[in-house]
Amino acid sequence: MQISARHSDSTTIFDVSGDIDLANSPEVRKALLREVREKRTPRVVMNLSKVRYIDSSGVASLVEGLKASRDNNSRFILFGLSASAREVLQLSRLLKIFEVYDNEDQALSS
Amino acid sequence: MRQRDTTGVSLPSNDGFLLKLELHSDPQLLSVVRGALERLTEVFGFSPPERRSVTRAVDEALTNIMRHCYNGRTDQPIEVYCARVPPSGSQLADGLEILLCDQGPAVDPAKLRGRRLDEIKPGGLGLHFIRQSMDTVEYQRAGTTNQFRLVKYLQPSTQSRTP
Repeated sequence: MQISARHSDSTTIFDVSGDIDLANSPEVRKALLREVREKRTPRVVMNLSKVRYIDSSGVASLVEGLKASRDNNSRFILFGLSASAREVLQLSRLLKIFEVYDNEDQALSS
Repeated sequence: MRQRDTTGVSLPSNDGFLLKLELHSDPQLLSVVRGALERLTEVFGFSPPERRSVTRAVDEALTNIMRHCYNGRTDQPIEVYCARVPPSGSQLADGLEILLCDQGPAVDPAKLRGRRLDEIKPGGLGLHFIRQSMDTVEYQRAGTTNQFRLVKYLQPSTQSRTP
């Protein structure tokens, strides 16, 4: 798994590639919480278009990011969900809880 | 050698045994097991969503073993046995049985129920994913071994054949 960040104005976009599982979800969690809690970035966007698989620990990291953003009155957005990632959010009944878009243009213009 | 032609691809088998994996409790190996399960479930005849379900269930079960049975230690033994089993109960087709074995402390069955999903909070989702994905989820303690048995049956109407 690789994660990198792009910054523009009040937005940070995390580009994630590979699988998010127990081996690396702590890294995702750490990056997300640093951006939301410490940097207090108003809008944090997760580009998941190159993520093939997310396990429950990865979902938990996303939920922590979401809760932290709610605490900070900031936005936390996902886009580019694979079939597997979408399924796992549906199974956990979280798909409607997250702000989800198909692509980056939609995510940034929202 | 025995040929079954009732479901999916006819695989040579010996009492249904298909595959055995032995691994250490290292999370870095989860992707390796997922890769093996993705291919096995494809050859077995599952549809793409079913393949993802079975792979997810095994991945989550292994994650639970690594986190809770071995408390994050990465050098402990885990065995994964995969076998074809005949239809059971109301099932019409064969199933894929996956038996996960570890040498951790006995598991409290009360902790295998999973949590309710009506609260938005991190954690506790793995068991829910396993139960949603598989037709059978069982746990038993055999001597010093924890055995998690997962079974997913083929659905005749949706099974896909590979060349």
